[in-house]
Amino acid sequence: MLSLKNVSRTFNDGSTGFKNINFKSEKGEIIGLLGTSGCGKSTLLRVVSGLDIEYTGSVKINDDLIKAVHEKVGIIFQEPRLMPWLNVVDNIGFGLNDKKDKQKEAQTFVDLVGLNGFGEHFPKDLSGGMAQRVSIARALITNPEVLLLDEPFSALDAFTKMQLQDLLLKIWHQYQATIVLVTHDIDEALYLCDRIFILRGQPGEVYKELQVPVSRPRSRGDEELAKMKATILDLLDLSQVENGESHDDIKTTTTK
Amino acid sequence: MSSKIESLSQQSKWKVKNRIHFPKKLKVVLYGSVIPAFLLLVWQILSMVGVFERHLMPAPTLVLEKIISMVADGTLWAHIGVTLLRILIGFTIGVVFAVVLGSVIGYLKRAEQLMDPLIQGFRAIPSLAWVPLFILWMGIGESSKIMLIAVGVFFPVYLNIVSGIQGVDRKLIEVGKIYNFTPFQLIRKVILPASLPSFFTGIRSGLGLGWMFVVAAELMGASKGIGYLLVVGQNTYSPDLVLASIVMIAILGKLTDSALKAIESKSLHWQDSFGKQS
Repeated sequence: MLSLKNVSRTFNDGSTGFKNINFKSEKGEIIGLLGTSGCGKSTLLRVVSGLDIEYTGSVKINDDLIKAVHEKVGIIFQEPRLMPWLNVVDNIGFGLNDKKDKQKEAQTFVDLVGLNGFGEHFPKDLSGGMAQRVSIARALITNPEVLLLDEPFSALDAFTKMQLQDLLLKIWHQYQATIVLVTHDIDEALYLCDRIFILRGQPGEVYKELQVPVSRPRSRGDEELAKMKATILDLLDLSQVENGESHDDIKTTTTK
Repeated sequence: MSSKIESLSQQSKWKVKNRIHFPKKLKVVLYGSVIPAFLLLVWQILSMVGVFERHLMPAPTLVLEKIISMVADGTLWAHIGVTLLRILIGFTIGVVFAVVLGSVIGYLKRAEQLMDPLIQGFRAIPSLAWVPLFILWMGIGESSKIMLIAVGVFFPVYLNIVSGIQGVDRKLIEVGKIYNFTPFQLIRKVILPASLPSFFTGIRSGLGLGWMFVVAAELMGASKGIGYLLVVGQNTYSPDLVLASIVMIAILGKLTDSALKAIESKSLHWQDSFGKQS
């Protein structure tokens, strides 16, 4: 399980980054980190992943203190970050050690993310959504217990985004990994997460913790979720925009 | 997504078509031959009219005759063989040193701080300035020639490898770090393939310099080789031999570069760049 105790990581003499983050995940829980840009969401994810170990406090996965990248962690970045010289199958198997059934194992993940028949294609021939599917498969193949997603769908069009959100839920049902999702899309957080932490300020702090009491499968037009969205918008205090503070990052698209 | 699938399969069909009958490749070759053929024609006509004097600038047909006569008595192959062997050995030595040093210096910041200023200093010396020293050290035989070629090849390859490695996308390296790759795995699986494009740029310009220096080395004293033919041509007042040698260098240089280019485009087929648009 993932647990954070008094975790802080700041830059520029403490003016950016985040501080005093505490939470403990349940097994197979989906946790959303929601906040405006510059509140340290992505930094927090880098700390949890072990890519940034210059933090204070303690981050633990199954009681192992994170000092480097933990083998039970998988990450999906905002960009697919595929190796352009490898085809889809080899990209998916990228993190596996060289062993005999590597190809076969990668092939099953090609099918899992719905890319049957595209195994031999190279990244230059893939659309944005397909490339992100490959990166999802690449993160899953090492069978992570904690899956970290850093605004994974923010660069995709609305329809592809919905498809991939549903794909993520399908996979989550199958693997029951704990997921930490960083996002600035309120609808996405409400559709996917069990618990949402709202981060605010510079450096960012947890401003509010919200349970999403709607059972899955959720409808994107759910009334309860719409109410929660209004609450969250309130909490984020977007009126500050008029006072000159920029929160243009917050997406307030209405779902159909 | 289904439309994407369709367009992809469509694309691959076209690719297959191109491979089966290749009028496009032939077209490219013909295109590239238009201007050289025209210039040869003009040269021939000006020679026949008498604008170019025969003892200074013989006609293309005379140059061709000279080449054919050398082929006939077998001397041409011997000279070409010697030159090619020199370039092959010198080039290989230069590339190996450049790859080893360039990889270490590109990857380790400390090594760069330690070694790069020295190497850049050496680079500032025109390679031909080494000639007297190499001859003093190694005599006028093969080793000084090969050394000169290796020095010439080293620098472009080294520079491109260092900048290629340092230019590898940090985001791709991070992906490797997520899987706890060792530095060695990181180099093999991410850094080397990612810097392959600049490696090829390096060895292609290295090969160009290799041709320059092999001729320079043979001019300074040799008993065989294309550069030696140039000297003979000069000393015996035979411009046809000089021109024949120059033409041979041009042809061989172009052929070796084309071979490297073919390997390059085969290895870098995954690149999505402007030059590869069909």
